[in-house]
Amino acid sequence: MLKRKKIGGVQEINAGSMADIAFLLLIFFLVTTTMDTDSGILRLLPPVVVEDVKMDVNKRDVYEVLINDADMLLVEGNMMDIKELRAGAKEFMTNPSNNIDLPEKRRVTSAECQQKIAEYRSGVASTSDPKLKDDYQKLMEKWEDRLAAVRLLGEYNELPPNAVISLQTGSKTSYDMYVKVQNELEAGIRELRDDLCKEKFGRKFTELDDKTDEDKAIIKAIRLVFPQRISEAEPVDVTKKPS
Amino acid sequence: MSRFKDKGGKATPAISTASLPDIIFMLLFFFMVTTVMRETDLKVKITLPEATEVTKLEDKALVDYVYIGPPTSAALGTEPLIQLNDQYAKLEELDPWVKAGNERRDEVLQPKITRSLKVDKETNMKIVTDVKQELRKANALKINYSTGQGR
Repeated sequence: MLKRKKIGGVQEINAGSMADIAFLLLIFFLVTTTMDTDSGILRLLPPVVVEDVKMDVNKRDVYEVLINDADMLLVEGNMMDIKELRAGAKEFMTNPSNNIDLPEKRRVTSAECQQKIAEYRSGVASTSDPKLKDDYQKLMEKWEDRLAAVRLLGEYNELPPNAVISLQTGSKTSYDMYVKVQNELEAGIRELRDDLCKEKFGRKFTELDDKTDEDKAIIKAIRLVFPQRISEAEPVDVTKKPS
Repeated sequence: MSRFKDKGGKATPAISTASLPDIIFMLLFFFMVTTVMRETDLKVKITLPEATEVTKLEDKALVDYVYIGPPTSAALGTEPLIQLNDQYAKLEELDPWVKAGNERRDEVLQPKITRSLKVDKETNMKIVTDVKQELRKANALKINYSTGQGR
């Protein structure tokens, strides 16, 4: 042995089979791998309400979208093609012609925000009831958010707090149609946000980077102006609804 | 001249395969890094609907899947069934499934878990609505309608 080493040096290990081993592993990972990340429409379900709360909702504040068992749309009492739904949702969110059947928009001004913030701040300072204090604090924070939005975007029209797009389906409605409708509603809101963002900042809303503080503030403000309020509410059997 | 003749007489040398393992290893590492193990065998047929307004689910570790669709084996009929983990499940089993999913993760992360509904597009809304109601009752409120990227 020793003699041999001296003559020929260290003998090389045959690396020919290395490729085979690596191939084997490679094929294993090729088979088990899933490249696609899951994507879809994210939604937040409302929590279960324990007691029966009768919400006082003005009819003009609800954009009612019904899909029947034959996948046909009934929007605000009228038949509608799905192609028109996006425009319909946008009209509901903006109410450009101050239609009395659509939500009443309220102008938010910086003066009003400052006044309300001062009001609630003195409220927080004067009351000793911790619950009331908490409520004032929350209200104050809401107005502070509005003020931040006004500073970024200028005065804007605010949707009423209970304005909502309500989506109801029949039991035989196809899931495909349901997703299409969700998609159109989402697209409507996204387009409004994009337009506003483009007008003010020259960029699309979807292009904003939520990792920088500046863009985060913009996102927050725009979300306040055009909130995504698509209700995943209690299922109601639309087929039994009296017409 | 005689030199050239000499060379021509020899057989072409074999191409060195010494670098082949390196290439394969490179590919291997790529797949090892990008891979996510397929955790379940699908027992229901699912063709996802398509949508344009999709968000990507960032953290795969925080997503649980509910599969709804017609069973793959014809013996079970064509009515859509729910699949959780590796087996068919009834509606009542959603609640314990949600709890099990919560317990697997850290408390802090529990509210961030998304339940992704992978539903066949031909399915009726009834079963989807039922599942949604069960998820609500189990306080699993963050859901995702899994779709393909359309258009």
